Amino acid sequence: MPQNEVVEGLGLDQYKYHFITEDEPVFRSGRGLNEKVVREISAQKDEPQWMLDFRLKALKIYNAKPMPTWGGDLSNLEAVLDQIYFYVRPQEKMERSWDDVPANIKDTFEKLGIPEAEQKILAGVGAQYESEMVYHSLKEEWDAKGVIFDSIEDGLKNHPELFREHFGTVIPSADNKFAAMNSAVWSGGSFVYIPKGVELDTPLQAYFRVNQEQMGQFERTLIIADEGAKAHYIEGCTAPVYSTESFHSGVIEIIVKAGAHFRYTTIQNWSNNMYNLVTQRALVHEHATMEWLDGNLGSKLTMKYPSCFLVGEGAHGSVLSIAYSGDGQHQDTGGKVVHAAPNTSSQIISKSISKGTGRSTYRGLCKVYEGSVNSRSNVECDALLIHPTSRTDTYPYIEIEEKQANVGHEATVSKVGDEQLFYLMSRGMSEEEAMAMIVRGFIEPIAKLLPLEYAVELNRLIELEMEGSVG
Amino acid sequence: MSEIPILEVKNLHAKVADEDTEILRGVDLTLAKGEIHAIMGPNGSGKSTLAKIVAGHPAYEPTEGQVRYLGQDVLELDPDERARLGIFLAFQYPVEIPGVSIANFMRTAMQAHLDEGEELDLFDFQDQLLERMELLDMDPSFAERHVNDGFSGGEKKRNEILQMAVLRPKLAVMDETDSGLDIDALQVVANGVKKLHAEDPEMTVLIITHYQRLLNYIQPDHVHVMVGGRIVRSGGPELAEELETEGYEQFRAPA
Repeated sequence: MPQNEVVEGLGLDQYKYHFITEDEPVFRSGRGLNEKVVREISAQKDEPQWMLDFRLKALKIYNAKPMPTWGGDLSNLEAVLDQIYFYVRPQEKMERSWDDVPANIKDTFEKLGIPEAEQKILAGVGAQYESEMVYHSLKEEWDAKGVIFDSIEDGLKNHPELFREHFGTVIPSADNKFAAMNSAVWSGGSFVYIPKGVELDTPLQAYFRVNQEQMGQFERTLIIADEGAKAHYIEGCTAPVYSTESFHSGVIEIIVKAGAHFRYTTIQNWSNNMYNLVTQRALVHEHATMEWLDGNLGSKLTMKYPSCFLVGEGAHGSVLSIAYSGDGQHQDTGGKVVHAAPNTSSQIISKSISKGTGRSTYRGLCKVYEGSVNSRSNVECDALLIHPTSRTDTYPYIEIEEKQANVGHEATVSKVGDEQLFYLMSRGMSEEEAMAMIVRGFIEPIAKLLPLEYAVELNRLIELEMEGSVG
Repeated sequence: MSEIPILEVKNLHAKVADEDTEILRGVDLTLAKGEIHAIMGPNGSGKSTLAKIVAGHPAYEPTEGQVRYLGQDVLELDPDERARLGIFLAFQYPVEIPGVSIANFMRTAMQAHLDEGEELDLFDFQDQLLERMELLDMDPSFAERHVNDGFSGGEKKRNEILQMAVLRPKLAVMDETDSGLDIDALQVVANGVKKLHAEDPEMTVLIITHYQRLLNYIQPDHVHVMVGGRIVRSGGPELAEELETEGYEQFRAPA
């Protein structure tokens, strides 16, 4: 029996996600986005001039770019953005030890269901609370290996050259409107450097959540996996439910150097009033491997297409994603793979579940530049519809300039069938249990790649979501 | 005093839920605890419909009559409620559940059979599953496979028997379990049912079949012939042999 199934029964799966912790922010910017806010953020962070210039330039780009007219419904977004706070800083200083973390924040982590044992084992938890890292510690052995796992702010302060050399090189501010916005107001996120040849067995993890009503969150993460390095980074987030709309726009840049192997796992479970517009991209060099594992369960609208730019010969990129859209939710997700070197390979596997009036869109790009001979790409997207009102769309863009390339695409849409439900119910399972089992089975090919505690959490979430799906 | 029958079907009429044509037109049938019955009939006679209605398939709608299980009218119960009372249907066409291992499936089904608040002990479950598989001469690795996904016809039917062995029903309805099986697979399935019945002689079995050949391996106590939505004749095991040689023509209603 797979390990997952045993552990599922051990009570580790107490996952709660609707809660609010009271706290007082130390500093809060005014509502809306303007130059004053950007200057305030930069001053609060005591940044070098080049970063302030970078932010201000990005703000201009942001203002110049129109709202996207594709993807999800952004018609209400301008109004939302006028009302939110672009920066909130809950505490003056970074916490270095777990004992120093305030009780109400620990309480939040308790409610997030991070098992105590895991907190101890995983010494390298970087937790983003509000807009900044409040707790961040590194395993001693990682220090010894020269691994950097810092808040993005500390990365800029403590490793200025390494930081400046890579920051904004994978996703330039002008890439898209929301990358420009993030570049102007980013706050919080991680800075990670894995030195040459260093392999990490334990994943680097960052938990974060938004807790201030109407506060935008603009985390910025920069990861450099040097030649031959191997590591796994996990980001999971969850937010309490508020009545007004919220906004999250992250930028994740990853550089995977020659022969390195990097995996980035995200599970987002934002509350259902959240706009979640994220740009994630990796530059993948010679014979390196990048894997995005992306789970989108929450938010009102998510637009996110993790990308691999395969720029070195023999590079491999994969994007594996699960999307769940419940009532009123729209997950517009997928992946992009760009082949810009010979003998590169990629795969995109996307699985979506739509329930009630939920809508899941697969939007993907596979581009093969001329000269990328012997490149191979395989795209597979499967959609599962729970109710007749549920919706799915598929937009697989394929652009191939190279004749000697092999690109495959497969898409399926299935519905939860009466025969399947009857079969499971005739074995004693309730309709809800039966539904949850079918959904769990549907995402199993991706869920099995998740670390155990995430797989458990995901299964629990699906059970919660399937409650009330009957009728 | 005679015991309450495990299954009592009285004047049952039924149709497909969103159609008008009546498929069952007054079925009467009584099964006493521990008996093995066979219902034989040509295609379209309604025998599979009867099996599905006993298990509660939502696509079929009873319009008249009763189905009593241990004295209780079960027609208003959901399929899962009936299953938890001890009714089991071995499917003619077992359904694929991709991504769900047989072990996981069985564990969830067993948990569902427990009373509320009662937790299935995982080690107990493991032991039981292995013991059941051993009884049916099945390789333990079978439990790791996804339910019916990519199974051969024979594997699907063996999986049905395994589920029956694990859930230990009081009433097992076997809907054309023999269809599409070669002689080896048929024997495996038949031996499984025989073992389970030997182990629990109180288990009642209702075999729905078109052919007599399964009955060469499992001797029924009673054989019923179903034609045109009614049981037209009942008898002992010799009736199955008679049907094998003479066919169903003799029972067809005159045009």
